[in-house]
Amino acid sequence: MSHAMAEHIRSNPKFRHLVRTRNAWATALTLLVVVVYFGYILLIAFDRDLLATKLAPGSVISIGIPMGLGVILFTILITAVYVHLANTRFDRMAAEVLREAGK
Amino acid sequence: MKSRSRWAMLLLFVAGGAWAAGADLGQAQKQVTNWTAIAMFVGFVLVTLWITKWAAAKTRTAADFYTAGGGITGFQNGLAIAGDYMSAASFLGISGLVFASGFDGLIFSIGWLVGWPVVTFLMAERLRNLGKFTFADVAGYRFAPLPIRTFAACGSLVVVAFYMIAQMVGAGQLIKLLFGLDYAVAVVVVGGLMMSYVLFGGMTATTWVQIIKAVLLLVGASFMAFAVLLQFHFSPEALFAKAVEVHAKKDAIMAPGGLIKDPVSAVSVGLALMFGTAGLPHILMRFFTVPSAREARKSVAWATTWIGYFYILTFIIGFGAIVLLTQDPAMYYVDGDLAKGLKGGGNMAAVHLANAVGGNVFLGFISAVAFATILAVVAGLTLSGASAVAHDLYATVIKKGKADSWAELRVSKITTVVLGIVAVLLGIAFEKQNVAFMVMLAFAVACSANFPVLFMSVLWKNCTTRGAVAGGFVGLILSVALTILSPAVWEAVLGNPKGSAWFPYASPALFSMTSAFVVIWLVSLTDRSAQAQRERALFDAQQIRSETGLGAAGAAGH
Repeated sequence: MSHAMAEHIRSNPKFRHLVRTRNAWATALTLLVVVVYFGYILLIAFDRDLLATKLAPGSVISIGIPMGLGVILFTILITAVYVHLANTRFDRMAAEVLREAGK
Repeated sequence: MKSRSRWAMLLLFVAGGAWAAGADLGQAQKQVTNWTAIAMFVGFVLVTLWITKWAAAKTRTAADFYTAGGGITGFQNGLAIAGDYMSAASFLGISGLVFASGFDGLIFSIGWLVGWPVVTFLMAERLRNLGKFTFADVAGYRFAPLPIRTFAACGSLVVVAFYMIAQMVGAGQLIKLLFGLDYAVAVVVVGGLMMSYVLFGGMTATTWVQIIKAVLLLVGASFMAFAVLLQFHFSPEALFAKAVEVHAKKDAIMAPGGLIKDPVSAVSVGLALMFGTAGLPHILMRFFTVPSAREARKSVAWATTWIGYFYILTFIIGFGAIVLLTQDPAMYYVDGDLAKGLKGGGNMAAVHLANAVGGNVFLGFISAVAFATILAVVAGLTLSGASAVAHDLYATVIKKGKADSWAELRVSKITTVVLGIVAVLLGIAFEKQNVAFMVMLAFAVACSANFPVLFMSVLWKNCTTRGAVAGGFVGLILSVALTILSPAVWEAVLGNPKGSAWFPYASPALFSMTSAFVVIWLVSLTDRSAQAQRERALFDAQQIRSETGLGAAGAAGH
């Protein structure tokens, strides 16, 4: 990449906006995963009985099981959410920055 | 203390995998030779060798060898990553843990999955945009090549070595158990096949071995889960109710057991799993096989989906085993006695269930898949070890970037042979050792050494070579040292008395990863050298490339 093009991209507010948006999403989603996962682990450590509570009277299923499966599904979904955002918004923003830089 | 060491032991049981159990597969009894399983496995080997021949014709340059020419699609790469990651340990170990204690197995499945979103959000695209063959290319973008490559090669090789020993010992034990082959024969067969794939077919052959294995494992596990659910008319309530009725622990299998009582160990292990995945060299290397950042992120999304789906299956398989195996104790239990446990040990739950739902032919299929699983994982490890030596050490550190592609490829191939021989020798040397801690140690090193350096070099402008190398080595040394001083090694391997371990927790990650970040930050901040100024000035260009892909190595430019 030429120096002029790099200079152009660097000073383009759209590039700063792309970096800020992507980092904000990446940070927020990472924190969300951390909260959900460690929340579940610490819940097991500190409130076992809550997780052992039955889903409904007469059922053998404890609420810990759908919660655990929920964490697995959440992990898959949140990954899909980021990928969707990146495929649509971030890629479009990056393409625009590159186009304006004459690439 | 007692509960803590129990947590550690249970954790290692799954972490180290099927073999980690020590008491189970560690002293695996040689079984009657299973010809159906051997025939199916030979079929798998013939197909993969045919693919290797095809791949060999396409593997002409170092780029072909490391990245399959960069032409793998996101979907294919997602399957290959899943094939690289879903080990025999997670299949047999987690279903075995569910079989033994129900709910607790779920806790592990989740732990092994949560690293993937982190890889997606923080690593995959940036890695693809900045790197070429190894993750050291990423940190090497603006840092001094000599120290950073030396560090990266150390970090990679340590992770690969521990992961590999655990896999080889596991392979020997598992194959002895499933096929009735001698331990040494099994280890040599695994070593020889893995060498052939990597040596002749490079990344192309390795990728396809991983894809085929992932498909076979997913199909096999789906069939088992389907067969189990069919018996209960797809009612989880009925399945769980029956399991609670027949399991010795009764209703306790529906709730967390004694697994997590020590929050510090739980958090530390959680950190190792969550951020360790983003520092595993053989996984990171897979992102260079796709043509763009877009395909890289798609591949993690697919990998996460397959791996998550697979863990849900292992949960159903474990519960299915509880119900179906107890219906025929004479067939599956030692002396036909429920109290004496499963024939071959607790990790055999999934294998016995295969027999229960699909008869001898399906049993052979699942055994062959378990063998294939090990092959796919060790081939990926060998390839990333070879790339660390040939690309980072030889081409960059020794030849100062002046090695031609042909010479680099030759060094890769020599390294592959050496690694294969070393892996077989270590596998045989460690036969009777307790290697349970090794996979967990690999994750601890990955999250304490490789991950902080990658993360800070890509995202923090002020990071310098000096800071990255100092912090990386602190993380590396601390994670290894604290693991040696922890109960899993100090007591279980070195035979010191219970309670004498200096470091009481199940994983060093909480301390070693934090230290690595602090050292990188402190040393970088106080680094006032001219070199540091140049490196900071390069950050803008690095950021443009990592965020927009401008100047990134293309599929052809690889």
